[in-house]
Amino acid sequence: MSIRSLTLALAGAAIGLAGLAGAASAADQIYIPNLVYKTGPYGPSGTPVAHGVADYLAMINMRDGGVNGVPILYEECETGYKTDRGVECYDRVKNQNGGAVVINPWSTGITYALIEKATADKIPILSLGYGRTSAADGRVFPYVFNFPSTYWNQATAIFKYIADQEGGFDKLKGKNFGFVYLDHPYGKEPIPTLDILAEKYGFTYDKYPVPPASMTEQKSIWLQIRRSKPAYVIMWGWGAMNATAITEASNVKYPMDHFIGNWWAAAEPDVVPVGEAAKGYKGATFNGVGTDFAVYKDINALYDAGKGTWSKDQIGGVLYSRGLVTGAYMVEAIKVAQAKFGNRAITGEEMQYGLENLDLDAAKIAKLGLTGLMPPVKVTCDNHEGQNPAILIQQWNGKAWEIKSDWIAADTALVRPLIEQDAAQYAKENNITPRSCS
Amino acid sequence: MFYREAGIFKTSYASDQALFRIPLDRLFVIGVVAAAYLVVPFVGDQYWLGSILLPSLILSIAALGLNILTGYCGQVSLGTGAFMAAGAFMAYKFASNITWLPIPVVIVLGGLCAAAIGVAFGLPSLRIKGFYLAVTTLAAQFFLLWLFQKIPWFVNYSIAGVPTAPPREIFGILVTGAEASPAARYLFVLTFAVVLALVAANLVRGRIGRTWMAIRDMDIAAELIGIKPLNTKLSAFAVSSFYCGVAGALWSFCYINTVEASAFDIFRSFMVLFMVIVGGLGSILGSFLGAFFIFLLPIGLNNAVTTFGLPIATETITYIEFMVFGALIVFFLIVEPHGLARLWQIVKEKLRLWPFPY
Amino acid sequence: MSELWFFFEVLLSGMFAGTMYSLVALGFVLIFKASGVFNFAQGTMVLFAALCFVGFLEMGLPMVVAALIAIAIMVAWAFTVERLVLRHLVNQEPIILFMATIGVSFFLEGFGEFIWGGDVHPLNVGIPDDAWFVGPDGAMMIQQFDLSAAVIAGLLVTVLALFFHYTRIGRALRAVADDHQAALSVGIPLNQIWVIVWSVAGFVALVAGIIWGSRLGVQFSLSIVALKALPVLILGGFTSVPGAIVGGLIIGAGEKLAEIYIGPFFGGAIEEWFAYVLAMFFLLFRPQGLFGERIIERV
Repeated sequence: MSIRSLTLALAGAAIGLAGLAGAASAADQIYIPNLVYKTGPYGPSGTPVAHGVADYLAMINMRDGGVNGVPILYEECETGYKTDRGVECYDRVKNQNGGAVVINPWSTGITYALIEKATADKIPILSLGYGRTSAADGRVFPYVFNFPSTYWNQATAIFKYIADQEGGFDKLKGKNFGFVYLDHPYGKEPIPTLDILAEKYGFTYDKYPVPPASMTEQKSIWLQIRRSKPAYVIMWGWGAMNATAITEASNVKYPMDHFIGNWWAAAEPDVVPVGEAAKGYKGATFNGVGTDFAVYKDINALYDAGKGTWSKDQIGGVLYSRGLVTGAYMVEAIKVAQAKFGNRAITGEEMQYGLENLDLDAAKIAKLGLTGLMPPVKVTCDNHEGQNPAILIQQWNGKAWEIKSDWIAADTALVRPLIEQDAAQYAKENNITPRSCS
Repeated sequence: MFYREAGIFKTSYASDQALFRIPLDRLFVIGVVAAAYLVVPFVGDQYWLGSILLPSLILSIAALGLNILTGYCGQVSLGTGAFMAAGAFMAYKFASNITWLPIPVVIVLGGLCAAAIGVAFGLPSLRIKGFYLAVTTLAAQFFLLWLFQKIPWFVNYSIAGVPTAPPREIFGILVTGAEASPAARYLFVLTFAVVLALVAANLVRGRIGRTWMAIRDMDIAAELIGIKPLNTKLSAFAVSSFYCGVAGALWSFCYINTVEASAFDIFRSFMVLFMVIVGGLGSILGSFLGAFFIFLLPIGLNNAVTTFGLPIATETITYIEFMVFGALIVFFLIVEPHGLARLWQIVKEKLRLWPFPY
Repeated sequence: MSELWFFFEVLLSGMFAGTMYSLVALGFVLIFKASGVFNFAQGTMVLFAALCFVGFLEMGLPMVVAALIAIAIMVAWAFTVERLVLRHLVNQEPIILFMATIGVSFFLEGFGEFIWGGDVHPLNVGIPDDAWFVGPDGAMMIQQFDLSAAVIAGLLVTVLALFFHYTRIGRALRAVADDHQAALSVGIPLNQIWVIVWSVAGFVALVAGIIWGSRLGVQFSLSIVALKALPVLILGGFTSVPGAIVGGLIIGAGEKLAEIYIGPFFGGAIEEWFAYVLAMFFLLFRPQGLFGERIIERV
């Protein structure tokens, strides 16, 4: 290899790295970066979410010219669901374009890695229904928000649903359940809650961990389930693991309507590959699904104007809707912040105020055209998962997801002490004095 | 002209056996290290220090470790990630349970634990060779990660299972955790990298390094001249795992701030192996060059597109990143199978004559 | 009694799963035999072949045509790899070649998704997807899908064995596998052989991709099935086609039985590493794998 080609190669590398620091200062816009993952093993699930967020923000820019006249600058940074790339993305975007206002990590691992960093940088993290459950304690985690519900509350609500189906909590006594989960911090998250529920209601449950490196191979698990015949199987799965589990469940003739996934295990990419066999599979969710909502008038207008980020026939799925809802929460929080600090580009610290004082009741949601798509949320200083967390149960009918239940309230009385206990342990380990919220 | 090897006369054994026998080399290395300490922390911004140089340096340490095993002792390992995880988890245990331990000691202890584990998983190397051994080290990779995730003792029974690296300070300056300034973390990691590189450079030119190389070049012949394969291979595994363990602990404590098994998955192992091969097998300098190259290439490609504001979708950038990354690896292997370190040598040879080559 | 039935059910379904691993491992063995290259890109080739196949299906082409085009693409791919990569790396150390195939794998991964996108593509080629129940009260379940997959794998191996044994090309392949130099000296063109063997591996990848893809949908995670083939490889030996099959059966059955009967004592999910540890212990007794060629070392 000659010197010349070496110089060329090095020059190429240098160009790639140049200008990293060149952040354009743009004080007249609100900069919302999004740490998406559209590639890799989890890409099929990450793509719709990213498009939902992008579309909602683009729609706000097109329809209203931004939030109270301040346009939103939206930018994506691809993490591939990898923690180190997520950290790199965060460091890259946080000071760009006048500073990031809010961060969506979209991965439990990245959320954990960013909690302290973002708190130190005063940039709020919005981890909508994922991430660290105990971050719901706003006194210890002022800059982390995980409304409208957490994994632990979700677990209690799923059991509430099962109890309703069976005719009361007393019917759970003596029953056996199966819990299939990704053997990863995310999948193990609800286990403490399940232990408490099992004790309280007198049922038993078997744990079936699925190792991430062989998540497409679950025969041994489903053979055991076939043998033990649990009354219900609950799944905390992710990525290709879900489709595999649903296939295997249908293979062992497990009744599909007794198989319930959590809200990251019940979307189109999980059931479509399985085909006909997935019919009847249920899942929890915290957002509506479909395109029958008033907001779609504006989303469709966005696509008609050629400004949509995806293709029009793909929108409306579970994860896409979740992206829209995320966008809506962020925009509403910005409005709250602007009401206090003035209609201008806000900072991360001001956004934290906006998120913490977010109060979306049914009337406001109706005004946004999102009735049925998102639950009402009221965030307070000490409660970052919102008051009255609740879930919906949806079912796959072979063509689309159908909402099958009303909002099912979680057992916050049971979960809240757990959250406070875990948050207190965290505070102690990291020498944090919880702030006072009174 | 600029790089002169001639005219340097050694008058003592000590100078003949010095680490850098040519003054220019010595000056250059000292210059680079001095610049890294005295100039870089002041000119680099947060992103450059914290997200570019810091992780590259940590991965350089891991690459150094793997290079000792693969480049100097000839044992291919795909378990680097697991040894890094061992260092990270054990360092976390020491740091959180014996809170008065100074942080450098914690990191070294993490490395020592990794070394012990490395020796255990190095045992099969006495019988198994080549690719068979490489795939066998995958047993370490999968088993150890499973172990750290499965046993709550390793994470102090934390409910979430992803503990946060505790903040620790040296001389009153925070060097780990999120609140530590990137410059402090960078200097902390840089010190580890410099010291470990010096140790490695001295190890490989000493007795023990020569036995490693003898085993690498032909193990049976080495055995015949009286080198014990057991001691040699296991010492290589131990030293290599120590380096990887230190790198893993630093990765958790100084870079991503959480002790998380999935940060050390099999792709990390492959990545470090890439660094060693692209940097140059059996070269200390190569470990650094390879680590910087492999870690920064994807980020550079990604940044280049964003910086120039090209209207390309995020996912497309990543696809292109993968394609260019793969193609460049193949390109480098074809053009210079001996790695970037060999390129550096060529540069030096050219500099000897430049600008009057004839 | 039903425990016994259950045991056999686990054993059988483990062996079926094993044939699927064998199918992927087979691609590795073919290339390793003929060129001494440990082709890490095999997993990505499975994904890429399946993506091409399903992509053309979605364009509305009939299945046979789609399969033929996919095969043609894999042949073209083999040609490209030989021309651009392997040819330039002749006589390099095995580890360099191995790294080159990882580079190739990265490239192919990006390329495949660049062309076909990262979505999940459902695939249904009409493999029966029901179960038979045998024994008292259906105590034992046999998946028709698994059985079909095993039959397909068996057929493929038979065809390959016949191809290796009775055709001119097959003999040339075996000659190259035995001794590159000697094969060259009797006029066997090494480069062509490599193209052929990579094409055959591409074909095996396509079959594996279609079978795996009809279970899970064709998606990125298909490329990680390669990881499941590695312990099969070291157990069976890198150079042996029957080794890949037997290794697959042992690994498949072994890991399922271990997960069910030993796993609960360790908190489960031991499947991930069990195959590797099992293979490692085998290797301690036979360092060249079950059917691998004996390694004779001289000074």
